[in-house]
Amino acid sequence: MSDAVTVSGASKVFPLARGQQVVALEAIDLAVAPGEFVSLIGPSGCGKSTLLRLIADLETPTAGTIEVFGKTARQARIDQDYGIAFQQAGLLPWRTVTANIELPLQLHGVGKGMRAARAAELLELVGLSDFADRYPDQLSGGMQQRVAIARSLAESPELLLMDEPFGALDEMTRERMQDELVRLCAETGAAVVFVTHSIPEAVFLSDRVVVMSPRPGRILEIVPVRLGGSGKREDGLREATEFFAAVTAVREALHGVPSADVRGVPSADVRGVPSADVRGVETR
Amino acid sequence: MRATAAGPLRMILAPVILGLAALAIWQLAVVGFAIKPYVLPSPTAIVEQLGRAFPAVWSGTRVTGFNALVGLLLGAALGILFAIVSALVRVLDEISLPIVTAIAVVPIVALAPVLYTMFGAGAETTRQLIAAIAVFIPVYVNTLRGLRQVRPVHRDLMRAYAATSWQATRTVTLPGAVPFLFTGLRIASSLAVISALIAEYFGGPVDGLGRAITSAASFSNNALAYAFVFGAIVLGLAFYLLTLALEKFATRHSPD
Repeated sequence: MSDAVTVSGASKVFPLARGQQVVALEAIDLAVAPGEFVSLIGPSGCGKSTLLRLIADLETPTAGTIEVFGKTARQARIDQDYGIAFQQAGLLPWRTVTANIELPLQLHGVGKGMRAARAAELLELVGLSDFADRYPDQLSGGMQQRVAIARSLAESPELLLMDEPFGALDEMTRERMQDELVRLCAETGAAVVFVTHSIPEAVFLSDRVVVMSPRPGRILEIVPVRLGGSGKREDGLREATEFFAAVTAVREALHGVPSADVRGVPSADVRGVPSADVRGVETR
Repeated sequence: MRATAAGPLRMILAPVILGLAALAIWQLAVVGFAIKPYVLPSPTAIVEQLGRAFPAVWSGTRVTGFNALVGLLLGAALGILFAIVSALVRVLDEISLPIVTAIAVVPIVALAPVLYTMFGAGAETTRQLIAAIAVFIPVYVNTLRGLRQVRPVHRDLMRAYAATSWQATRTVTLPGAVPFLFTGLRIASSLAVISALIAEYFGGPVDGLGRAITSAASFSNNALAYAFVFGAIVLGLAFYLLTLALEKFATRHSPD
């Protein structure tokens, strides 16, 4: 089976006024395996959101190619091979929670009965069954985001693209949402590309953390994490030694400390995965 | 999740007390300074006239109110239609911009004498048209703004769903413009009443509130003129409150 996402040599240049331009991404190579959870992390302006938008075909690359399940990104978008969630929930305020979740299904001609059944199922999954007939303005930020995630799962995509979906939430809600996302991923088996600012969030959720740097946006390093085996990540993990070790590893990668030995983290502790699963550890 | 600033009692009671106080001062001033009724009638004199001439005030209110309503509906329909067309066809928007600006700047009632000669002094058409033109502008401007106001996250979402442009228009653009449309309608409602009433000052049949006010005033029957003015106030309030309620309803789920 082909990779969920293959990015090869992708660059994105945004033209500015007066002939100037900004290089948002430069020669990015990245592969995401089916069912794999990959986080993109880096300071503002490192192009992590742009990379996600390229995969989603919301932007087109200036150079290079992007494939999603072996198709062009454009074809994958037209075929609805991915689900997407943004930092803003982006619910339609005039639609009920149920109608919001049904939106993608409705747009793609799914019948009324099937839509309702799927929406009920997804509401159950995100624990909002009691709020099916509410309107978005009657929900808290965290609940709105859960609705948005349910909506992104509506068509059972094999790939989820998430652009800082928990960025606007408070820390407590955020951790709860992370737990839920881990559970959802285990249940659906979807690959995830997850953009975040938060190192602990990336470490907690991911199989691999892609560390990026700005001006021009590049991949500095890809840190394999995969704590506790997939689907078995629990709250206690946040206090485990290996969690802190991985956080340190990602932080040092972000700040550009050159090698794994310098970090003083024995790789076996951090990377409790067979090396066959570790793909593309070093990019450049 | 909206916060109510002051208690409802205070919100209603305070303006009522202020209004009553103003009326009391008015009454005292007229009586105390022995102001002649043809200069300024006292509130009690106006109420007395209102009681006596109620059938006339009521029928005048109905005529003017009907003209304003026809104008409101006609102007709103045209405003919405033009806004949709302008949103779809950018060129048309650019061409029509100077015309719309011109209409917005011209005091519409200034057209009344011209329109009376066009449609004849015996018909209500002129008044309804004046109201319609006055209504058109705020409805057009607000609706068009609403149609342009698609949030980037919704635009991304529609693209991610590979929605056709008609699907995006129907599911996001049009419903998103509805609250703006109703805001335009609320602003337009007072304009409709004012324009329909003022248009009567320039001619046409002698049946509406505007005509009644001028004729009562020309006979120096100021108390009666004020009774008709009172009818106009009630009419304007009714239009405003009705469209305000519609706006509240249309925006009940909009984020603040």
